[in-house]
Order: sequence, then C-alpha cells, then structure tokens
Amino acid sequence: MTTQILIAGFGGQGVLFTGKFLAYAGLLEGRELSWLPSYGPEMRGGTANCSVILSDTPVGSPIVTHPDVLIAMNLPSLDKFEKDVVPGGKIFVDSSLISRKVERSDVEAYYIPATALASQENLDGLANMIMLGKVIRETEAVPYSCVDSTMTKVVSARHTDLIDANKRAIALGYGK
Amino acid sequence: MSEKVLMKGNEALAEAALMAGCRHYLGYPITPQTEVAAYMAKRMPQVGGVFLQAESEIAAINMVIGVSSAGKRAMTSSSSPGISLKSEGLSYLAGCDLPALVVNVQRGGPGLGGIQPSQSDYFEATRGAGHGDFRMIVLAPASVQEMASLTIKGFELADKYRMTSMILADGVLGQMMEPVSLDFGEIKTFDKPWALTGTGGKRKPNIVNSLYMDPAELEQLNFERYARYQSVCENEVMIEEYMMEDAEICVVAYGAVARVSKNAINEARARGVKVGMIRPITLWPFPKAALRAAAERVRAFVTVELSMGQMVDDVELATRCMRPVLLCNRTGGMIPAPEEVLAKIFEADSIGGAK
Repeated sequence: MTTQILIAGFGGQGVLFTGKFLAYAGLLEGRELSWLPSYGPEMRGGTANCSVILSDTPVGSPIVTHPDVLIAMNLPSLDKFEKDVVPGGKIFVDSSLISRKVERSDVEAYYIPATALASQENLDGLANMIMLGKVIRETEAVPYSCVDSTMTKVVSARHTDLIDANKRAIALGYGK
Repeated sequence: MSEKVLMKGNEALAEAALMAGCRHYLGYPITPQTEVAAYMAKRMPQVGGVFLQAESEIAAINMVIGVSSAGKRAMTSSSSPGISLKSEGLSYLAGCDLPALVVNVQRGGPGLGGIQPSQSDYFEATRGAGHGDFRMIVLAPASVQEMASLTIKGFELADKYRMTSMILADGVLGQMMEPVSLDFGEIKTFDKPWALTGTGGKRKPNIVNSLYMDPAELEQLNFERYARYQSVCENEVMIEEYMMEDAEICVVAYGAVARVSKNAINEARARGVKVGMIRPITLWPFPKAALRAAAERVRAFVTVELSMGQMVDDVELATRCMRPVLLCNRTGGMIPAPEEVLAKIFEADSIGGAK
C-alpha cells in the first residue's frame, strides 16, 4: 500500500514538522518513505507545503502531485490543492481558518476547528498536531500506537519539554 | 546493514564526506545546498576538522586547491551560480592534476535564475567546467542513499585518478529526506607521493603547478592526462537498468527526474507498453556502450531532463542517431509530472517505427 500525503499551510504552522512526524513514524514502522519540503522563502511566512509518501515498495517520485490525503491548514492551500486529490481521497480542513467547504463530492472531507481547539486547550501553535491526530484516526497512514516512540525520535533534545503537549494535541485530534 | 536513519540529501552527503576522511570543507552558502555547509559547521569541530566559510565561492575553490596540494581530502559545495564562479579553480585543479570533490546542488538558471530544482548545468559539468582540455568525473545521485554513497565513491575516484569528482545533484535530492544507511564498509585511500608535505630534507621538492611555457611539454601533459581519462571511461561507468530486458522504448533520465520517470514507466507497463530505463549514474564518463547496445534492441529513446535538452545530445551521439530520441523536459525549476513523461512514452511508442 502507498499513501501519498500533502500538507499545506502558512510558514510557521508546523507544516514541515507534521510531515517529519509522519516520516519518522514510517521509518519506525520499517516502511519505505520520502519527505520533501517546499523550500526557500515559503519557510519564512509564505505558503509552505510538504510531500510525504509512505509505501511498502520503494518510493519513485518524491513529489506528491495527486495526494491520497490532503491536510489544508489555510484557504490558499485548499484552493490550490483540492482539485489534485485522487477520487476517494481524504481532505482534512482546519475549519477555524477556512470557512468554505470542500466543493468536490468524490472525496471525503473532515472539518476540524484545530486552531480554535488548540487555543482553548492551551496548546497554542499545535493545531498541526491536532490535525495529525484526526488524520491518524481516519486513514491507515500510520497507527496511533506509534505516537509515543515517534515523538521521542522527532522532537529534538532541546525541546523535550514540548513532547507532552504534542502528544496531548494528537490525542485531542484523534478523539482519545 | 546498519540501522537506517532519516536524513536530508544534503546532510547525508556531508556526513558521508566526513566518513570518507574529508576534514576540510571550504564553502559559501547558497540555496538549495546550504544544509551541507550548516552540517559541516556543526560536525567538523567535533571531528577535529576545518569548516571554513570563505569570503566567496572563488576563494573557497582556491582553498580546495591548497588543501588538495597538501594531499588531504578537500571539498566544496555550491549551487549553479556559485559553481560558475568556481570555474577558474576547476580548471586549475585539472591543470595541477589535483583530486577534489565538488558538489553542485543545481537550481534553475541561467544567471541568478531561481532556487527550485534543475539539471541545466549538465553541459557545464560534462563539457565546459572551465577553460582548457579537461574532464571531471560527474556522479548523478537519484536518492538520499546515493547522495551519501556517491560522495564516498567520488572521493575515492578523485584520488585514484587525480582529478575532480563532481556530485551533480539538484534541489529535490538536497532537500528531501529518506531513510539512509551510513554503512559503507572499507573506504579506499590512496598514496599521494606527489603531495606537498614537506621534504624533511630527504627528497627533492614536489611541485604543484599548471603553468607550462613550453607547448611541447604542455601537449605531452595533456596527452598523458587524457590517457588517464581513457582509463576512467573504460573502468568507471555506472548505470542502473530498469525493466530493460524486453523493452522496446528506452527512457534515459538521471537524478530526481529518473524517479518521476520510474512512476511513468510503471504506469506505461500497466498499460501494455514495453518500456524501460537506463539511468546514467556517471554522466561523465557517459554510458555510451550501454546505450549503443540498447539502440540495437529498442525502437526509440525518450530523455527526460530538467533543462532545455542537454543530455539528449549525448544520447544521440552514443546511439549514433540509430533511433529517434524524444525529449521530455521542464526547466526553470519546474518538474514534469509522471503523466507528462507517460505522454512522451506513448508518443515514442507510436512513432518509434519498425524494429
């Protein structure tokens, strides 16, 4: 099975980190994978996106042009990538930042008020992880059981104090 | 095999250079290869090496000449506009018969161009890296694993043949992360009796120089250098063949775009087109023999490149234009979708003519 994931939003929303989490989870699961960021000025405030491919066979092109899973963290990202999602694919929308609905009827759409939830739950800046929790629940990309081990691997040594908050955000999105 | 780790291509390349014994990195930052310098800045002090951010790309390549003259493994890295600046130094390295590893993580051009991935420095790398008669070994990785393994290979070949090895990568390979194993077994080293290491009063001084006022002497040196190049051509060609056994159409692609091509080939196979790929891993020496042999079996070639069409010339030369060679290309930092490559494969299949 191959899952092609595209995560898109503003620079600073943790788009690349979300992708990194999925990539490390794939690594720990022993899967083939690739992680490719948009790079350059996007990282400093423009729209950023990140392609992650998780597969049981070697990954060909690391560029996700037709995602199975789209995580849209802002309106420009939904506008830009909605049409590219494969029929039957899944779109995850941060509904506190995107007021419109997904227009296509041949995909499954999930609306998560992630930014608002993060604010309420004292998890500012972790809307991305709340979104990720929902993605883990609704797709077979990576299992929930890998969250603990992946978090230890992906959070750098000087930020270990953030591990618990990140895990709490994923649990919140997952509905645990 | 050792445990796999997740690394960016630029970082895996830098770590492999350290494992190859490189303790001198001289560079200057430029997107999309800056992670190489950043990684070296962090790691070199830990292993007792030198990380030096030079005042310019030109200074950096001249420092490489200095370190290499002393017999040490030296490297510099840059991206397209920065490599142009290094051009003079690349010619001097060749004229002095010095080994070096030079990395070009290509971006769109010409001029300052853009910062997105490109392969438009193919001519520069394989033909015209600087003035005078010379060649560089040009290695084209297509994965993070190869960013690392070809760096090791590059140092080995550079020392073995006393010439520059260039890693010709692109922004995708530099920026992407993949699992990589950093277990390379034994790494080859070579004696360097020519190096400037001090005579200790026991031998005549070595001289590293590229100035020869006597044309007969200079001609002779060029002949000898090209005899060495001939030996590189005979012994060091590397390719990957993919589904070529029964192929009637042959895709030729290198680097990141070879992976896009693989997706297209898999799709074309699923639709009944017998297509395969020859992926040059060495761009110089170019895999002429493999392509010439393929020309006997296939109906047409499709080269896929991130340029206006540069390697396509080498494919036509290698195959003596025996078969049509189609070009599927994007440039300026754009990358073809697998569908674009697929369409070109279908086109080749329809006009390929009788076998």
